Amino acid sequence: MDTNQQILSKRGQPSRFPAMNRKKTKTITLKIIFTLLVGILAFTMIVPFLWMLSASFKISADVLKLPTDWIPNYLNLDNFKVVWNIGDSAPRDYHFALSFFNSLKVSTINMVFGVLTSSLAGYAFAKIRFRGANIVFLLYLSTMMIPSQVTLIPKFVLFDKLDMMGTHLTLILPGIVTITGTFLMRQFFMQIPNELIEAAHIDGAGEFRTWGQIVLPIAKPSMASLAMIVFLWSWNNYLDALVFLRDWRTYTIPVALNNFIDESITEYNLVMAASVSALFPVFIVFLVGQRFFVKGLTAGAVKG
Amino acid sequence: MKISRQLKTDIVGYTFIAPNLIGFLIFTLFPVAFSVVISFTDWDYTQGFNSMTFNWGKNFVEMWKDEWFVASLINTFYYSFAVVPATVFIALVLAVVIDKYVIGKTPVRLAMFMPYISNIVALSIVWVMMYSPYGPITQFVQSLGVENPPKWLGDFNWAMPAIIVMSIWAGVGYCIMIYTSAIQSLPTEQYEAAEIDGASEVQKFFKITIPMLSPTTFFLVITTFIASFQVFGQIMIMTRGGPGTSTSVLVHYVYTTAFSFYRMGYAAAISWILFIVLFIITIIQWQGQKKWVSYT
Repeated sequence: MDTNQQILSKRGQPSRFPAMNRKKTKTITLKIIFTLLVGILAFTMIVPFLWMLSASFKISADVLKLPTDWIPNYLNLDNFKVVWNIGDSAPRDYHFALSFFNSLKVSTINMVFGVLTSSLAGYAFAKIRFRGANIVFLLYLSTMMIPSQVTLIPKFVLFDKLDMMGTHLTLILPGIVTITGTFLMRQFFMQIPNELIEAAHIDGAGEFRTWGQIVLPIAKPSMASLAMIVFLWSWNNYLDALVFLRDWRTYTIPVALNNFIDESITEYNLVMAASVSALFPVFIVFLVGQRFFVKGLTAGAVKG
Repeated sequence: MKISRQLKTDIVGYTFIAPNLIGFLIFTLFPVAFSVVISFTDWDYTQGFNSMTFNWGKNFVEMWKDEWFVASLINTFYYSFAVVPATVFIALVLAVVIDKYVIGKTPVRLAMFMPYISNIVALSIVWVMMYSPYGPITQFVQSLGVENPPKWLGDFNWAMPAIIVMSIWAGVGYCIMIYTSAIQSLPTEQYEAAEIDGASEVQKFFKITIPMLSPTTFFLVITTFIASFQVFGQIMIMTRGGPGTSTSVLVHYVYTTAFSFYRMGYAAAISWILFIVLFIITIIQWQGQKKWVSYT
């Protein structure tokens, strides 16, 4: 409503130049038209989410009823109870709560270690003049172009030989090293003036103390951005989990959902409740940390 | 003996990168090298490690006679060449329009960004239902007067377009975000000059905004192309490559070849084709950028 008032007051002020006045009116008309059009489009784009939400509250028989009831006239929380197995209500073994916990565990570990290893290596590549730094970094960059599917089969063989198949280590170990993250952190540390680091050295701080006490505090926003991105990658990682995980005890959310549709293809209401449960936390995290997230995503993209 | 200063620096430097480097060597560099080796072998994984026999380039020759591989390659191109231009162009127009004219920019951008942060499995499941005969899309088409709407995902010709639409929907929000932050850092002088010359908004869009955003467009075309060439989740959930060969794409074919049929050598060879094609296309785009990307 604030914006409306702003427009009105802008409109209410007569301009001394009639031509500009006409232009202003035209701009406001354009604004209203485009806001409506884009608003309708944005609404259409969230229709799948609304469908999901609406179906998650329905009883099984109503999900595919025609015409669709977008707002069911009852609020049925049973689907969520079944999905989360509250009060032992799950008729079969759904274990969504366990998958949720697994995803949370794997993503958190990946996030913490991914950010840690990236900021360590990023600092070294940016500020420590050790021999071979450029060659190693070039080696990193040259593999960025290689799609992860190329390494999928060798990793499968490797994990099989090491007897790690089906454990979370298959997702955690490769996940704690991110080349993109190392690259982003290096770019950030490059911007820190050398004088700052030299001053710390003169005061007797070694590289580790300089890193931990001088540089990391400045890097907090960048680390927050990276943390959110790594968490999201890990949370949504589907292909690796599909290949490396073997049974419901270790399933992460994407494979659990995948399994859901294999097992209960007709019970859309349960699948939708599970999907809502999977997406909701990410939306919350994203809304809270939006600023960092967007900054992290755009860091590599926009020149400057 | 005194350790030289450079050696000390070297030790510190490698200590810093050690966790990272070890992980890189084990989970990236070694697998990449091993993958090259595997791609030159016949290897039925169910027969164990010893069944791995070198057949040299046979995989890379035979694949062109494999109709599933050829179809997957063509479909991957079809998918990428539809998704990338459409996503980037729609995002460009929307980003500019939202930035300039829309009241309540943030909620609109957030709504469009939601699919990008969502789990592809959850999204694909919803879209399976959206496209089902009972879903809103079929209902909508029926309400337009089409009596027998296609079975979308069950139809040989409609399955891929249906997945393409879904993928544009899923990817456009990311491009809008990137464009938005680029637009916000554009200098205003040229717009002011155009204003004085009496240029229309449409002229400004084509003559100023598009050229000035061309580095961002270039970045988005490259990255979304790489991502779309690796499409997997949608295909796996929504169609499993069917009906027939209609939506089989490279990564899905690698997945089924390796983990349903355990033909590791052949699957590895196909994954390298994926890389080679991506590499060539990126080089072509890199060379082509001189013609249309303007860095000021």
